[in-house]
Amino acid sequence: MTRITLENLAHSYQPKPSHDDDWALKPMNLTWEDGGAYALLGASGCGKSTLLNIISGLLVPSSGRVLFNDRDVTGLPTAERNIAQVFQFPVVYDTMSVRENLAFPLKNRGMPADQIAARVDEVARMIGMTAMLDHRARRLTADSKQKISLGRGMVRQDVNAILFDEPLTVIDPHMKWELRTQLKDLHRRFGHTMIYVTHDQTEALTFADQVVVMHDGRVVQSGTPQALFDAPEHTFVGYFIGSPGMNLLDAHVDGTTAHIAGAQIGLAHGYAPLSGKVQLGIRPEFLRLGSGTQGLPFTIHRIEDVGHHRIIRGKVGDADINVILPEAQEIPADASRVVPDPGRAHIYVDDWRVDPSARERAA
Amino acid sequence: MDKPVNNRAWFLVLPVLLLVAFSAVLPLMTVVNYSVQDTFGGNQFFWAGLDWFEEVLESDRIRAALGRQILFSAIILAIEIPLGIFVALNMPKRGIWASFCLVLMALPLLIPWNVVGTIWQVFGRVDIGLLGHTLKQLGINYNYVNDAVDAWITVIVMDVWHWTSLVALLCYAGLQSIPDAYYQAARIDQASRWKVFRYIELPKMQGVLLIAVLLRFMDSFMIYTEPFVVTGGGPGNATTFLSIDLVKMAVGQFDLGPAAAFSLIYFLVILLISFVFYTVMTKEAK
Repeated sequence: MTRITLENLAHSYQPKPSHDDDWALKPMNLTWEDGGAYALLGASGCGKSTLLNIISGLLVPSSGRVLFNDRDVTGLPTAERNIAQVFQFPVVYDTMSVRENLAFPLKNRGMPADQIAARVDEVARMIGMTAMLDHRARRLTADSKQKISLGRGMVRQDVNAILFDEPLTVIDPHMKWELRTQLKDLHRRFGHTMIYVTHDQTEALTFADQVVVMHDGRVVQSGTPQALFDAPEHTFVGYFIGSPGMNLLDAHVDGTTAHIAGAQIGLAHGYAPLSGKVQLGIRPEFLRLGSGTQGLPFTIHRIEDVGHHRIIRGKVGDADINVILPEAQEIPADASRVVPDPGRAHIYVDDWRVDPSARERAA
Repeated sequence: MDKPVNNRAWFLVLPVLLLVAFSAVLPLMTVVNYSVQDTFGGNQFFWAGLDWFEEVLESDRIRAALGRQILFSAIILAIEIPLGIFVALNMPKRGIWASFCLVLMALPLLIPWNVVGTIWQVFGRVDIGLLGHTLKQLGINYNYVNDAVDAWITVIVMDVWHWTSLVALLCYAGLQSIPDAYYQAARIDQASRWKVFRYIELPKMQGVLLIAVLLRFMDSFMIYTEPFVVTGGGPGNATTFLSIDLVKMAVGQFDLGPAAAFSLIYFLVILLISFVFYTVMTKEAK
């Protein structure tokens, strides 16, 4: 059971990084609490796998330290860190049976045979492969192989953490849901620290208590799914989490008023004078349609009915805007305006959220 | 599954069939023809039945050559296969040194066989050869011309020098096709170096190893040029392998009948042993 701390961690795949873009991971400080279920969320190529491989010791970071509790493990090889990791594509030992595959990590650690047998049976039940224990691993389908990979990840009980690198990519949707539930259940029962890398927000939000969002080699926000939804710290979080993502409008902010596309709307808080690229961010859930001179001018382009609600796609000025309309609600015939809920709007300067009260104090 | 039947497709195979018939089947049939007849020249043939086959099978000289041949191939395989795997495992995986090693490894394979023989014939000579002379200076009594063991060692070292590259290159290709994730998973599972080799690298190399074993077996079993150039089959008959013996019989003594029977038996032995290797090595995969 371990708390994992990353201290000023940065990594570059180039021997002599000079430009900012040369860094796959930009300097970061992050703590993974013992027993937490974390999701590491971000688009492909944002550095999620790099970060994972550094934690498991497959990669040595260019700079910074990795601590397990208070012990510096930065230079330690994978074997001494005692970490389990499951990869995106199935890795099975072809010549072994399913049973031998599952027993392999335990055997390597010199566990007594009777304990291995008991543990393998338990894990086989968990992944639903009890009936296939004596089959050759080579002949199995891709998703069975991935289940074995998952099983091998979970078979050791004394690991410091279990890392999942997009483990359900090759699994079919029904099984995906079931395995995710199993993982969650496993976490509840044994309390391992689990870090789950994914680019699928549903997967991240259903699995994790804490979601860490990465963008372009940086951790942009770490928090509960609710916090990521309510107050995205970075426009990327707003855009990436939510379906559809947060609307962003170029704005000019003057105290408690935002000027957008020739119209003015009131804000819940006051802001000090802002410089840079100023944007107002508001989630589609917190916009409603209006008419006359309320809110902002809005032209509707398309309406999508997705079952339990409707998504209205349109434009305010040049910006694409989405509005979510609850199922029962009618679309007004003269809907030509869109009205934001002032309490739910955030102001972003150069993509980072500005805290109104902090700025007020500063001013 | 029903496959569509299209008999016109046979016409497309016809040119190949003709080519194979002229280049392989017809010459082989000529050999069969010689093996069951006797001739005294003047294109006169007499039916001999299976007499030549009996003579070949009962010949002590041929049996001895066969024994030497099997021993030679066994030693060659026992050295070249493990050594080739070992070399492949230690070659750099990428970068400029990988290309350098590949070129270096390919060099012996590009040298004509009789040149390989000549190189070693000179290299091993006690009077002017670098190897032979050096050994003599070191006080080691080495002379491949009149010592049977030295002759064997020379021929074997020469073959290892010549052909281990082939095994190494094939294994290297097999190793390169293993995704990194396998090695990473093995590190996560805390597998030892030996287990990585046993459970990841060896199974992934199985296909290329089968090819390497078959090629090396067939080639070493038919070896002619190099030992002929170095030792001429001597001292005595110590390094007279099957093909050297066969050429002596066919071209030297002009015993075409027995030589033809010998050829066919030789061919069947290679076919049989290759089949055994193939069956044993692919059994694991099923």
